[in-house]
Order: sequence, then C-alpha cells, then structure tokens
Amino acid sequence: MNSLVSKFSTNNIPKQDVEDNEEYSDSMWASSAGYATNGLPTFRLPSLQQPTDFLRLHTDDHADPSCRIKIKHGTTTLAFRFKGGVIVAVDSRATAGSYIASGTVEKVIRINKFLLGTMAGGAADCQYWETYLGIMCRLHELRNRERISVAAASKYLSNLVYSYKGMGLSMGTMICGWDKTGPAIFYVDSDGTRLKGDLFSVGSGSTFAYGVLDQGYHWDLSDEDAQELGRRSIYAAGHRDAFSGNTINLFHIKQDGWDFIGNYDVSKMHYDGPGNIPGAPGTGYGYEVRTNPEACVVAD
Amino acid sequence: MDILFGLCGKGFVILAGDTTVAHSIVKMKNDEDKIKTLGPHLAMAYSGEPGDTIQFAEYIERNLRLDQIRNVHERRPEASASWIRSSLASSLRSRRPYSVNILVGGFDISSAAIVEGQEELGGTPKLYWLDYLGTKVEVPFGAHGYGSYFALSLLDRYHDPNASVEEAMGTLKRCIDEVSKRLVVSPSKYKAKIIDKDGVRDIEIPV
Repeated sequence: MNSLVSKFSTNNIPKQDVEDNEEYSDSMWASSAGYATNGLPTFRLPSLQQPTDFLRLHTDDHADPSCRIKIKHGTTTLAFRFKGGVIVAVDSRATAGSYIASGTVEKVIRINKFLLGTMAGGAADCQYWETYLGIMCRLHELRNRERISVAAASKYLSNLVYSYKGMGLSMGTMICGWDKTGPAIFYVDSDGTRLKGDLFSVGSGSTFAYGVLDQGYHWDLSDEDAQELGRRSIYAAGHRDAFSGNTINLFHIKQDGWDFIGNYDVSKMHYDGPGNIPGAPGTGYGYEVRTNPEACVVAD
Repeated sequence: MDILFGLCGKGFVILAGDTTVAHSIVKMKNDEDKIKTLGPHLAMAYSGEPGDTIQFAEYIERNLRLDQIRNVHERRPEASASWIRSSLASSLRSRRPYSVNILVGGFDISSAAIVEGQEELGGTPKLYWLDYLGTKVEVPFGAHGYGSYFALSLLDRYHDPNASVEEAMGTLKRCIDEVSKRLVVSPSKYKAKIIDKDGVRDIEIPV
C-alpha cells in the first residue's frame, strides 16, 4: 500500500534520465500541464549537450540542402490597431529554401472568437503552440467565468516559449484581439520578446509591408480604408519579396469578435485589383499604373 | 544595441535609456520603457538579450516587492543592488544564464544616509553599475551599450556630483546628443526617470 501511495504521490516522481522519459502521459502536454497532481512537466530533450546544435545539424538547409528537416521560413504578416478595431493580414506562401512548398497556407490561427494569432517562422511551432494557447484560453474562461485578456493570453504564450529558449523554437507571432480594454495587439517571438503596440509586421517581407503600411496608417482610418491598407501592404510584400505571395488573407477584429473579410490572389491584385470594393482603387495595384500611367489615378 | 545612462547629482539620481526595440534591421517599437520602478526610491534600467531582459527585470521587481511586504521597510539601495548582483551571479553558472546589463539607481533615505549639514536633501543618491557577469560597482555616473564608448569620457569631463537637476539633465542631453552625432545607428528617442527623496518619477529630456 505504501509503495502504491508513494508511487502516485506528488513528491515522489521516480528520477529518470531524460532519454527514458518516453511514457509521459498526454495530459502533461495538454490542459493539466502545470496543474496536474503528478508534478511539474519536464522537457524531453535530445541526448546531447546542446539541443540547438542538434536542431542546426538537422535543419540547416544552407550548409546541407539534403538535410532531413526543412523549416519553412519566409512570410509576410501584419496587424494594426485603429479606431474600428484590428486588421490582420497575411500572405499564404510556404517556402522550403527556394522551393514553394505551398501557396494555400492558413497563416492566421483562430485561437477563439475574439483572438487571432499570426504565423511566421516555423509553421509547426506556431500552429502547435497557438492551438495549445487556445486550449489554455478556454480553460481560463471556464475557471474564471471571464474571457482572457489579450495581454494575459500573449503573456501566457511568451512565458511558454521563453521556457524553451535556446532549444530551437522559431516563431514570430502577433496575438490580436478585442477585450475589456478594446482592440489590442501583442508581438510575441521565440526569443521571449513581448511587445504591446499599434502596428507590427513580421517576416521576410515585413520591410516591404512596413513601407506601405507606415505611410498609409493613421488611427482614424475608416473600416474600408483600413482593410484596403492591409490588403495593399501584403500585396506590396508579395510583389517584392520572393518568399511571400500567392494569396492574401484578411481579417477584421471588432467588438463582437473577428470577421474573415476575404482571400485575394496577389497576381489578380497586381493586374485587376480587388474589384469593386469600398476603399479599393478600382484598378490593379501594380500593372496598369506602370504600363499605362495616364489611364490611372494613383490613390493617395 | 540598447543604450543606458545613469548619473548622480546633488540629492538625486537620473536613469535614462533609449526606447527602441530592434530586430535585425527593423525597429519594431520606439516607445518601450526600459526602466523599471522597483520600490519607493529605487529604479533599474536594463538592456541585453531580448526576452531575458524582461523576464529578469520582472523577477527582480516581484521579489523586491515581496521583500517589502515581508519587512515593511523598503530595502536600501546598496542591499537591493547586492541582491540583484547575486541573482545575476548565481544565474551565470546555471544551464542558461540571463544576459542582462543593469544600472540601479536609488535614493537612500535611511537616517544613516543623511549627510550632516545637508539634511534638506533627505538622504544620499546611489548608482550601481552591474553587468551580466555579476560585476557590481558603485559609480557617480555609468553607461551601458555603445553609448558608453562616447558618454564615459564625456561624463569624466562634464559630470558634477553637486549638479542641480537642470544641470544634470543638461549633461544627460550632452550624452544623448553626442551619441546621435557619432554613432552610426543611433536611437531617436530616450526616456528618463529621476529618483530623489520624493520617490521615482518620469522626467522630460530637454529638447
């Protein structure tokens, strides 16, 4: 009996080497992590001195193009806050080296009705941990009978990725939503940075997106103009950055939750524009103005 | 890349830090406050590895708060700085040390710190320079980051331990202007905090 009790009591977890920690229950990684009675979860690490070296060895496609794991990099994501809420816009290209692995990636992760996360860096890392964040946000709701704030949700994620710092996680994400305080955006990345702000862009195409976004941004943008600015900025990045493109996904977060505005083909934006949408110029973003400038009026 | 300055004057300490957060070539933010208020008469400016800085600063903040709740009296600047130093030093030999450089500014209001003949000051200003290796030294002025290469000689020349607030802010302005003039990529905005017998508060940097 005593041996049974000690086997299951909190303070008597059998000490094991990291290698033979295979039988960790799934609950460790889900809702009970940190709250469970069977002690704190520990990290499963490759049996090496430096886990980062392991990762570099297996993921460095610059040094070794035939490496087994290719992490998908190259993205443009953006989010900004304005009087009408939050605009979130992303591209949909996934690249592995110079190869376009997919053109239909969902880079906006729907954490819940009021929270969106964006995806840049390792696709798997973002997808897994932001889904996990969704679970924790739901548990927060159930425990506290109140929706989690954007600040708290983003801090949960940043503390989580900080605990894995130096172990090779790669993510640059914006946690966007609407809470008691109104619209909010937090930038969270895998080195543990967490920044509150009005306007962020992340990924290899971010400089191109910033170029358009910063110039067109002000707080009092109308909903239509804000959506157009998000669309136009991602288009700009899709046009100039080789690792971004294909299509644009546009979201608008308002007081009653997020809305999916639409999916737009970058090439179609270039030649024809988004069509007859309020705020849009009515022509293509890039082609007509360069080939037949007299026929066009450049939007201000 | 972060730049921090700290200087003592007559009856006060000033801490200043730039407000930019950069990732590779992009400025992600330009109004970040890199100075944390740690107590009624204590503040710390921090810089270093992203992530580590905030995690360490919040760890210090919360533990000093706990200390104050337990002991009612606020911990003196010397003792606080020593505790921060020892936290850094024990972290240095851990699996993953904090890479954080710090300036601790405090105003010692204990009766032992009141100088005879200068009772109206209400205590002694204190400034400590700490680095990620666990070095701690009490200084009349200090700097971290690339700013230190320009500002330390400047402060050797112009710092006056008996300066008034206006004079000290003028000296701080000299440091900021020198960095703007000579450093290739220099930050555009700074935030400053002053610590004196009345506590910690923000102070405008003269234009």
